[in-house]
Formats: sequence, structure tokens, C-alpha cells
Amino acid sequence: MSPLFLNALEVILNGLMAGIMYSLVALGFVLIFKASGIFNYAQGVMALFAALTLVGFQTGQVPFAHLINAMFGTEIHHWGSGMNTFLAIILTMIVMIIFAWLLEKIVLKHMVNQAPIILFMTTIGLAYFMEGFGDLMWGADIKTMDVGLPSGGSIWLEDFTKGWAAEGTEYYGMYIDVLDVWAAGIAILLVIALTLFSQYTKTGRALRAVADDHQAALTVGISLRTIWIIVWSLAGFVALVAGIMWGSKSGVQFSLSLIALKALPVLILGGFTSIPGAIIGGLIIGVGEKLFEFSIGGMIGGATENWFAYVLALAFLMFRPQGLFGEKIIERV
Amino acid sequence: MFYRESGDFKTNYADDQQSFPIKLDRYAVWILLAFAFFVVPFFINDYWEKSVLVPFLVWSMAALGLNILTGYCGQVSLGTGGFMAVGAYSCYKLMVAFPGLNIFFVVILAGLITAVVGIAFGLPSLRIKGFYLAVATLASQFFLIWMFNKIPWFYNYSSSGMITAPERTMFGIAISGPSAPSWATYLFCLTLVTIFAFMARNLTRGRIGRAWKSIHDMDIAAEIIGIPPLQAKLSAFAVSSFYIGMSGAMLFGVYLGSAEPGEAFGIDKSFLVLFMVIIGGLGSILGSFLGAAFLILVPVLMKNIMVGAFGWPADLAAHLELLFIGALIMFFLVVEPHGLAQLWRMTKEKLRLWPFPH
Repeated sequence: MSPLFLNALEVILNGLMAGIMYSLVALGFVLIFKASGIFNYAQGVMALFAALTLVGFQTGQVPFAHLINAMFGTEIHHWGSGMNTFLAIILTMIVMIIFAWLLEKIVLKHMVNQAPIILFMTTIGLAYFMEGFGDLMWGADIKTMDVGLPSGGSIWLEDFTKGWAAEGTEYYGMYIDVLDVWAAGIAILLVIALTLFSQYTKTGRALRAVADDHQAALTVGISLRTIWIIVWSLAGFVALVAGIMWGSKSGVQFSLSLIALKALPVLILGGFTSIPGAIIGGLIIGVGEKLFEFSIGGMIGGATENWFAYVLALAFLMFRPQGLFGEKIIERV
Repeated sequence: MFYRESGDFKTNYADDQQSFPIKLDRYAVWILLAFAFFVVPFFINDYWEKSVLVPFLVWSMAALGLNILTGYCGQVSLGTGGFMAVGAYSCYKLMVAFPGLNIFFVVILAGLITAVVGIAFGLPSLRIKGFYLAVATLASQFFLIWMFNKIPWFYNYSSSGMITAPERTMFGIAISGPSAPSWATYLFCLTLVTIFAFMARNLTRGRIGRAWKSIHDMDIAAEIIGIPPLQAKLSAFAVSSFYIGMSGAMLFGVYLGSAEPGEAFGIDKSFLVLFMVIIGGLGSILGSFLGAAFLILVPVLMKNIMVGAFGWPADLAAHLELLFIGALIMFFLVVEPHGLAQLWRMTKEKLRLWPFPH
């Protein structure tokens, strides 16, 4: 096999892995959109916030240390040597649930029956708020996250593929980050768990009922507000997983929240209401943008990953306005 | 008691259909304009110009543009930053290519170029609606910024990749460039914004504006009663991009002086303008101004209080500001989803009845 073909294959594999990472964020969007019709822009910031909180607990930072120091002139930063990763994850999840509960109590319950655009804007406001809140609570410096996941290139794959190239050509084997493989595995587990949850548990049935019709769900005695808290907690959980994955990959910093922007084209490609759509859309976008950068990107100045996903999704929408797996849009006058 | 329309008799159609039919409204606008044009320029200093007045005017222009598209025509756009960049770069290229051209026309031409680009990026709106369209407009945002970063022709092959506004004049007075006096840049922006705000007001009251509003309410129904969606949507994109392009040209040429696309016209600027429109009030010209004033003044005020009065570190203040703005946006959407303009409308209703309760 020629090295060019092998390189392309490597690019496709890496694209698939990147796509899975995008899907992780897109999943959170789909969950909330299905259950409440809210297009949650804050999903990316929620991932950042979850990651910040996790690192904060792990390293034993004092929350709001910066603010307290500025107000009282003290010099505090850590309260100890930190805690066990597992405990920190549990505590972070509790924080995310409290957050979901507060959000419902303070904001969302007033927003029933508002236009979708207003709800969308609310989540953008929420994104700003959480970004400021996260920075204020844990500081804005770049943090490294270590939850014990392996990282670095896979030596095994490199050795395995080294012999594939034709005789006499230089080829050093494929490079794939082990962390990405882990992320893919975790994403698959997550999707299976979410599907099982929504298909076979009582709460899951209630979630689907709310997604179908708010009023009908209310009439059969499902509490809309409880469901919303559950949904936002679930989205917080997905955000935590995405935050751990992205945080381990590229550090916990502001740019983590920008992955939400990467998840948007995935969403419109796959359709807002479909969990499989989020996965397939992610894979298409991941492979598409990596291949485009590999084949054409170099010729037109590089860094095409910034916009290619959007243009691909846009071109796609021209033929299928509801996305790949979205429900058909029926309009009545 | 004092604010009322009764007793304000109109004897011909021209009177009845003027921009501000109520006498007191009209007087208030004239007094405000007279104050802005004839009093402020004598007292303006560099601080007020650079951190309050000129940014307010520039962002009002952008908010007006987006309000036409989103508020009146109902097409949500997140590509404002990209279109402002188009305005800024066409302004730059025109300034360099025609050194003798009056800067007023440079800004208008930059707006026209942006309008053409806006029509091109508005084409998907005929097929894609709602959130799908909002996300699709992000394509224009990212693609345009990338293009201005990567194609050297746009920044005239300068080594830093930045564009810097040369000095250009109007009636012999420098408007752009480092030596432009405060009052001149202020008056320049004020004139443009005043002219085009009046134009927007009348455009949205007329036939085109009604077509936009009907598309906003329900595009299929609008099509059935005979409004061509192609013309209505694309004209909204064109007019909106024209305004946004002019504001981008003013932001770069008059206010910033030099710009780098990712920094000055990034996605956060698109959101900023959208916030202005929502907080000010969708579908209201006054709202665009109120929203812009709110989002320009609050950060300045907060910074002054926290850094100036309390002596807190600047990064802490920036985080608090972010938190506060986010909370304010949510607060506004919960309390008054129709924005500041609606508050003003309610105040007027109250004023009409005052001092009687019913």
C-alpha cells in the first residue's frame, strides 16, 4: 500500500475519533432539546464548568479564593492536598445536580411557553454567567486534568501498521492517541446507557412522554418540573464526561467551552432530536473536516477546520432541512 | 396629563403619517438631536469619545442592522461579526485604493459591498428556518474571518496581518487616523447613525417593513397572501448587512483604527449584537439604541466601580462582569422578554393616564 493511502487512512481514523469527541458534546444538546425544546447553548460551558470543578476538588482549591483575597486581603488558595479522583467525580456530579435544580427554580420555571429564540438567548446568558462563575470560583488559569486515563500515541498500532507500506518506502506507522480510543469507548457506553435508560426505566418513559407533548404529559400526571431537573442533571452528567475527556486531552481552559460551537454543525447535520444522529453527524463532521484539511486545506492556507464543519452542514441542509435523522418538519398555517 | 395624543389635530395625510405623529415625541427627538449635535461636541473629551459615545453609536448601528433582520424579519443570524469584518475590510481596501475619496462615501460603499455579501449568505434562509438557520449563519461568521486571516490580498500583504486605517478626511478635517479630533469622529458617527436610524424607522413602517413583519409572523401564511418570500427575506438580509457593514467600517476606520479579524470581529461580537437587540427589544428601532447603550455603558460602569473605586484586580473584575452580564440577560428575559423598548412603551401608557389610575 502506498504511504499516501495509509496517511489518508490514518486521517480518517483520527477523524472518527475527533468525531466521537464532538458527539459527546452534541449528546447533551440533544437530550435537553428533546425533553424541553430548549436549544442549550451553554452545554460547552457546562463541560468547562464541570471540568474546572473536578480539577478544583481534586487539587483541593478553595472556591472563590481570588474574590475572598481581593475583598479581605487574605492569602488563601488551597485547603489541603486534595482528594481521591472518584470522590471528586461524585462531588462534581452533586454540584451539577444542584446547579440543575437551581436553574429550574430560578430561571426555567418562568420560561414556560416562551418563544424558542428567547429560550435560546437565555441559555447564552447562562453560558456567560457560568463562564464568569467558573472563573471566579476556580480561577482562569490553565489547569491540567489527570483522572488516570492513559494518553499518548499507541505504540502497538504503530508497530502493527509499520509493515503495511510498500517495500522501499519510508513509513513509520499510524499515530492514534490512546485517549481518543478511550473516549470512543466511553461514548459508546454512554449512548448505550442513555438509550437503555430512556427505553426501559419509568423515568425514561416519562422523559419521552414530555418530549412528545408537554400538555399531554402533564395530564397523565408527570411533573414537568421534576423532569426538567432530571434532564438538566443528565445533561450535566454528559457535560462532565465531555469535560473529563476534552480536559484530559487539551487542558482545562476557556477554549474548552468553544467545543459547543463545534457541536452545533454536528447537531444540525444529525438532526436536533436524534441521539444516533448526534453520533453519526459527529463522525461525518470529524472525518470530513480532517480529510478536507488533509487533501485541500494545505493548498488554500490551512486551518480550514474552523469553518469546514459549518459549510458541510450548510450544504447538507440545503437538501435535507431537518438534518439526517431529524423529525420531518411539518408546517401548518 | 402632559403626554397625550388627544388635541393634537392633524389636517392632512402628511402630518398624520410623519415619523413621530405625537407632538411631544417629536419635540423630544428634536431636543435630543439638537443636544447631541450642538452641545455635546463642545464638551466632549477623549475619554468620553473613546469609551462611551463612539462605541455606543457604532454598536447602535450594528444593532439596528440586526434588529431589521432578526426583530422585523424573524431570521436569527449569528454571523454579525463576519459581516462587520466585511464592512471593515472593504472600508480598508477602499481607503487605500482611493485616497482622495471622502470617508463618508467610503463607509457607505463598504456598507453596499457588505449588502451584496449578505444577500449571498442569506440565500440558505429560503430553505432553512429557525435554529437550523441560526447555526447555518455561523458558517458565514467562521468562513469570512478565516478568509480575512488567510488571504493576504485583503490586508495588503502587511507583515502583521493587521489592517490599519490611514488618515482620511471630510471637508478637510481628519476623521480616521490617530490625529482625528474627538468631536469630529463623534459628529461623523452621529450623523451617519441619525440618517440611517430615520431611514430604518421609515423603512420598517412602509411596504417593505410590513412584508418583513408578515414573514416574521409566519412565512407560509405570508406567502399565501401574496408576499414573495424570496424578495422579502433577501431584502432583509441586504438592508441588515448594509447597516452592519457600515458599523463594521466605522468600528475599524473611526473607532479602533487598526484591527485583526479574529479579535475585533469574533463570534463574541455576534453574540454581543444579538444581546443588544434582545435586551433592547426585538422589532424596535428605539430598542436597538437602548440595548446598545445598556451593553456598552454597564461594563464601563462596572469596571469603573470595581477597579476604580474598590481597587480590585482587573481580571477579577472581568470575571464578575461576565457573570453579571449573564445574570442580567437571564433576568431581563425572565422579567421582560420584549426588552427595554417594551418598558418604555409601558411607561408611555402610564404617562397618558397620569395622574388618574384608570
